[in-house]
Amino acid sequence: MQRRNNQLTGAFGEEVVCEYLKVHHAEIIERNWRIREGEIDIIAMYPSGIFTFVEVKTRSSVAFGHPLEAITREKAHRMGRLALGWLATHGCLGCDYQIDVAAVMIAPDGSHSIDYRAAVL
Amino acid sequence: MSLAHTQSVALLGLDGHVVTVEVDIADGLPMYVLLGLPDAALSESRDRVRSAIVNCGEKWPNRKVTVSLSPAWLPKSGSSFDLAICLALLSAHETISAEAIADIVFLGELSLDGRIRAVRGVLPALIAAQKAGVKTAVVPSANYQEAQLMQGIEIIAMEHVKQVLRWLRTGEREIAEEFDLQWQPFDDTLDFADVAGQPQARLAAEIAAAGGHHILLIGPPGAGKTMIAERIPTILPSLSIAQALEVAAVHSIAGLFTNRSPTSLLAPIVSPHHTTTRVAMVGGGAHVIKPGACSLAHNGVLFIDEAPECPAGVLDSLRQPLEAGTITIARSIGNITFPAQFLLVLAANPCPCGKFSGRGLNCTCTSQQVRRYLGRLSGPLMDRIDMRVQVDPVGRVDMARTDLGETSAAIRLRVIAARSVAEVRFADYNWKLNSQIPSRALRTVFQPERAGMNFLHDELDKERITARGLHKIIRVAWTLADMHGHAIPTLDDVEQAHILRGGVEL
Repeated sequence: MQRRNNQLTGAFGEEVVCEYLKVHHAEIIERNWRIREGEIDIIAMYPSGIFTFVEVKTRSSVAFGHPLEAITREKAHRMGRLALGWLATHGCLGCDYQIDVAAVMIAPDGSHSIDYRAAVL
Repeated sequence: MSLAHTQSVALLGLDGHVVTVEVDIADGLPMYVLLGLPDAALSESRDRVRSAIVNCGEKWPNRKVTVSLSPAWLPKSGSSFDLAICLALLSAHETISAEAIADIVFLGELSLDGRIRAVRGVLPALIAAQKAGVKTAVVPSANYQEAQLMQGIEIIAMEHVKQVLRWLRTGEREIAEEFDLQWQPFDDTLDFADVAGQPQARLAAEIAAAGGHHILLIGPPGAGKTMIAERIPTILPSLSIAQALEVAAVHSIAGLFTNRSPTSLLAPIVSPHHTTTRVAMVGGGAHVIKPGACSLAHNGVLFIDEAPECPAGVLDSLRQPLEAGTITIARSIGNITFPAQFLLVLAANPCPCGKFSGRGLNCTCTSQQVRRYLGRLSGPLMDRIDMRVQVDPVGRVDMARTDLGETSAAIRLRVIAARSVAEVRFADYNWKLNSQIPSRALRTVFQPERAGMNFLHDELDKERITARGLHKIIRVAWTLADMHGHAIPTLDDVEQAHILRGGVEL
């Protein structure tokens, strides 16, 4: 039950971030691209033509610290590898790309806030 | 603004370098990067600073924090940068104004609840800060007494980060109670009056103090060698303020103010155990170079009991500082020079069993054992020792006497008088004590009386003394002349110096 709850929370967070990207004129290319090594939450492209890979962290409580603190150095490296993997499988190796992270915090009353950081790696 | 800077001090030996602590808070994953060759204790500052900030009710920036300590090439160690990093970080986070902290030096380690803990080396750090033109420094309250020795720089003692923040935001602070800067010239717990008998050893100690002559005390256990050595600081003139500051700086680096007050004017005495290592004796260490026993004894007495028991090489490592008055330690992080001008007092038993005294009836050692035992004191080292004094066991007559011997205060007056005579004589030269007269000057300017010189030349002809022994005797004779009020050493002075030299060449 708990697991399902977390999944719902995660999916909700990704939905929020997609809305945010659209508001900022980015085009969503793909969502939840998954290979054995892991998953990329959102792949988008800004009008400037830069591929943008977004990792979304959603939290419904700050008891475990800031959501972005959950991204360790190792996870950050994995995001880099996944991004290159996506570019390779889509024949775009060598294109400009960036990795963004977004933290979505859901307050107990259901309202949410978003902390979006571009080009973190 | 997400960029701020303040200052702190990095120490390399006694040399301080003012370090600019810059903090940049950038967008990005929450991260903490510390630049500028930090050592392990300094790298851990991240967690101390973070806990302190959170526990003071401030906000930790969940962004990419870059801390840079420049000059970047200088290796930095220790926890004294905590406070500066913490404040630069809060300033970069725009909770305190950047101008308020930019020109202040902050020293102090943080505890997790935000209290400011004492650190080593506050005095040398402040000396460096003052030289660099810093006007204000914040130090831990626990280091306030030591910090007050420093003139010409405003010292602010703080106990807690909250106090510092309140001061920086509103200008309010409790004025820490100023310690009465009272120099303590003497310590009367030890006194030469305690020593029973031992006229020759007492005289030798007085000569050593007056002329700065290194001395070897030979005697059976329990005769009072240690007692005499421990009391030599009490008959030395009290330190000048400049000397006391030098001593305090070395002790501050070593973090040793628990056993010596920074305001003491008493000459220090350091007595390392005879199992001590070479590094403990002269100083060293891989990452943080600490002063050794010979630097802690700067301007004072280095007393080594049971000297022949010292491992080979430990005593000989003292030869260079004895000659130069400083010790330079070379390590991968750099060359570091500590002062090391001390009076060397060695004590030894007459033989391995320690019972060889008087006619030596109780001694169980073979003659070869005895020779090998004292032979462990190497020739080059013994060459630097001016006097070798027998300390005989105290007899019943001396123990039975109820009147005490002369007090340290009385002896000290004579020592000071003799030293001032020498100082006047050496006004045109770059040395101050008789023990420091170079051999060339001894042969040309500072010759004793004709009769004394003839006596020494006779001894030299009979091969009872060597050429360098001759010079040692003349130096001691000058001190005796100063004490007796002779303008130049007389035959008597020379003969007495010859006896104190101990006849035998070790």
